[in-house]
Amino acid sequence: MTPLAPVPASGADRAPVLRERGQREVFCGLTGIVWLHRKMQDAFFLVVGSRTCAHLLQSAAGVMIFAEPRFATAIIEERDLAGMADCQEELDRVVTRLLDRRPEIRTLFLVGSCPSEVIKLDLAKAAQRLGAKHAHRVRILNYSGSGIETTFTEGEDACLAALVPEMPTLARGSAGELLIVGTLPDIVEDQFLRLFAELGIARVGVLPARKAADLPAVGPDTRYLLAQPFLTETARALEDRGAQRLEALFPFGAEGTTDWLHAAALAFGIDEMHFNRVIAPGRERAKRAIEHSRERLAGKRITFLPDSQLEVPLARFLATELGMEPVEVGTPYLNRRINARELAMLPEGTRLSEGQHVDKQLDRVRADRPDLTVCGLGLANPLEAEGFSTKWAIELVFSPIHGFEQAGDLAELFARPLRRRDVLRV
Amino acid sequence: MQLAVWTYEGPPHVGAMRVATAMEGLHYVLHAPQGDTYADLLFTMIERRGKRPPVTYTTFQARDLGKDTAQLFQDAARDAIERFQPQALMVGASCTAELIQDDPAGLAEAMDLPCPVIPLELPSYQRKENWGAAESFYQLVRTLADQSIRPRGSERKLANILGPTALGFRHRDDVIEVRKMLDALGVEVNLVAPLGATPADLTRIGAADFNIVLYPEIGDEAARWLERTFRQPAVRTVPIGVGATRDFIRETAALAGVDPAPALDDDGSRMPWWSRSVDSTYLTGKRVFIFGDATHAVAAARIAAEELGFEVCGLGCYNREFARDVRDAAKLYGVEPLITDDHLAVEEAIAAASPELVLGTQMERHIAKRLGLPCAVISSPVHVQDFPARHSPQMGFEGANVIFDSWVHPLVMGLEEHLLTMFREDFEFSDTAGASHLHAHAPKPVTPVAEPANEPAPGSLWTAEAERELKKIPFFVRGKARRNTELFAAEQGRDAIDLATLYDAKAHYAR
Ligand code: SF4
Repeated sequence: MTPLAPVPASGADRAPVLRERGQREVFCGLTGIVWLHRKMQDAFFLVVGSRTCAHLLQSAAGVMIFAEPRFATAIIEERDLAGMADCQEELDRVVTRLLDRRPEIRTLFLVGSCPSEVIKLDLAKAAQRLGAKHAHRVRILNYSGSGIETTFTEGEDACLAALVPEMPTLARGSAGELLIVGTLPDIVEDQFLRLFAELGIARVGVLPARKAADLPAVGPDTRYLLAQPFLTETARALEDRGAQRLEALFPFGAEGTTDWLHAAALAFGIDEMHFNRVIAPGRERAKRAIEHSRERLAGKRITFLPDSQLEVPLARFLATELGMEPVEVGTPYLNRRINARELAMLPEGTRLSEGQHVDKQLDRVRADRPDLTVCGLGLANPLEAEGFSTKWAIELVFSPIHGFEQAGDLAELFARPLRRRDVLRV
Repeated sequence: MQLAVWTYEGPPHVGAMRVATAMEGLHYVLHAPQGDTYADLLFTMIERRGKRPPVTYTTFQARDLGKDTAQLFQDAARDAIERFQPQALMVGASCTAELIQDDPAGLAEAMDLPCPVIPLELPSYQRKENWGAAESFYQLVRTLADQSIRPRGSERKLANILGPTALGFRHRDDVIEVRKMLDALGVEVNLVAPLGATPADLTRIGAADFNIVLYPEIGDEAARWLERTFRQPAVRTVPIGVGATRDFIRETAALAGVDPAPALDDDGSRMPWWSRSVDSTYLTGKRVFIFGDATHAVAAARIAAEELGFEVCGLGCYNREFARDVRDAAKLYGVEPLITDDHLAVEEAIAAASPELVLGTQMERHIAKRLGLPCAVISSPVHVQDFPARHSPQMGFEGANVIFDSWVHPLVMGLEEHLLTMFREDFEFSDTAGASHLHAHAPKPVTPVAEPANEPAPGSLWTAEAERELKKIPFFVRGKARRNTELFAAEQGRDAIDLATLYDAKAHYAR
């Protein structure tokens, strides 16, 4: 058994963290491309990797029938490894051909993979060289989505962190600007932008922007809100440019969303009465919408297997707003600083685990017998076959779940597997 | 480097997983980074298996590199043996582990494990999924087969059925049909492998009198070794389609020294009559484009041409290893073989051929959807909807019945076709309405990519009037009409396509 490392902290995050090493059943960071390429409409993602990487993207993307998705894989072949072809030259050839075919591309990400990293293929150098060659037409950036460096959502983190140095500088002494950081579905982003406008926060930027070419500015007068909990590196890069993070819960559920908006309102000196007036209708709607699922979920025990780093904020939402009882909250990586407020609200006794040893973790699920287990696609059906109700974690990354108007949908995502179990008579 | 968006085959270790997952009592320790665990979902989601694939991934990380990845591998192997207690263990590397050269084979050997170990060398940068499955199965058979076991020499012959795996297109149901035929012939089954076999079963593979290679892409390499080692002959005819099923029965009966009649007189074979009945007349000469793995593509071409009266207007496969079969078949049907794993090249070829039906993989299904063409799936790779709950084989007489239904279903029905032509202006017969019996599944051309082959290029020879007339032709034959007219105009050296040219061409091609 892995020793429990006591972590000194305040509140409920006194809970010890179980740190495990072993087989990890999680996607690598390449997977983020599946949603990032839909969000940034003028960007293209070129993975430099193996057939495995191409197959992963295809399998994670499922039955998408986009005429031609804005991602592809440059598959490294034997002749590249044997030194018969120069990898950098090969990459130039592939990129040139790609840009000829897709003249509308304004930003090209060269995405590193395990194979490209192990053979030490320098994609930063390639990006620089190709960027110079295709200057004025397309910006070429690079980041790593490899499985040896990144877990699932850390791919988005690496991508956004690569964009930060490209952001224009916000002139000093300019009126403060709010920056929302993390990929949100367009509809959710628009809801938030309307709310900030109503609150009276005039200048709001989003990262990533829908057009990667229109990056928002950043500087010491930037206050930023993380919309996603997995953006550790992006946060660091923004802070290097002087931006300050606003401490808040993540915008899940009525309370999380209120806290998140409130952090911005406080920072921008918005009158408290006005704040309450603006957010009250949304907040009430969220509470009403959640109520539908509350009956089904209250008192039910839930376990999260590590997947997207959304586990801690979601467990908090389910515990505080729906009365669920988190048994184990597993996360691939726990950023205590970013999640400080979240951790403080997790019920006493919640077992927090970081990393994974999948077989031992499944043994614990069998011993705990939670009512609902949130897990990856590879584990869901096998657990169902053993009699456990499950929720696929990937759906939480792909569907609109942030904000007041989606709070009911988010609760429903957890309630549906349980309701289904109750209605089925087969 | 090769630029790829969608791929027909995964890496070779996925082929090894298909073998491991198909079997019982076997475990596979794969030296691989965490992201490679995505492959589990192919089995648990797409095939809806209720069990995790028997695969332990070492999931090494960057910080382990150059330090203790070899130790990680050995720990993972030891844990796997202890937890799963397999009868045999396969060990190997994925693409990344191949680069760090930890040598899983040597490491496993040094551990002196309590069960047979089958080391797999699957070169990820040269080979692909089907090859990986074939090689893994061959290595398993070679390592585990007990060479002292020989056929029992009884009157009743024993056969091995080789090739079905997890994630195979209709493998589960094909095996049932093939067993039925062997039953009717009085041939006993020694074992089916990999699907459902244990390593212990494989030791007795030499007890069979002959082998049946159901899926050559996966089973043939092992079959060739068995031929050499045990002198087991093999039935290589793949029983997909009525004609091929009859050939298969005769070939099997000859090897077993039995009368083929009991299996040939299967009164469940409805496909021949369904095809001869007058309602099927309208199928005559429908142009089909066929693409898939070589075995399924070649079988489909024979059915299309001989059993449904279609015209094969395109034929190809994505697996170069079996390209020769496709080349030979293509010659037979007078088309250029298309051997490629670039789905964009396949899309171009389909658009250029403007077929009335596409038979392909899930990739061709997407292509056909974009082009507004009817499509049926005949080969891996397939998606979740191609793992039906009902019995739905491709092989044997029942398989042929299934094929008749699933290929004819997407087409517009005979009489309806005439009505569409006669009452072209009826709003309910608009292009987007599709075939009436298909409801939501009707192919709905999506603009603007809908009909690249059907729209005149800028600078087209078509006069506006001829173009309008062409639009009155139902959508499912319009591509053909356009193509024929243009060919005709080119042959005749006409510099414009007017109404007269359109109808001259119609007369010229009248059949
Ligand atoms: S884990 Fe590495 S090798 Fe596997 S798909 Fe991800 S980047 Fe590619």
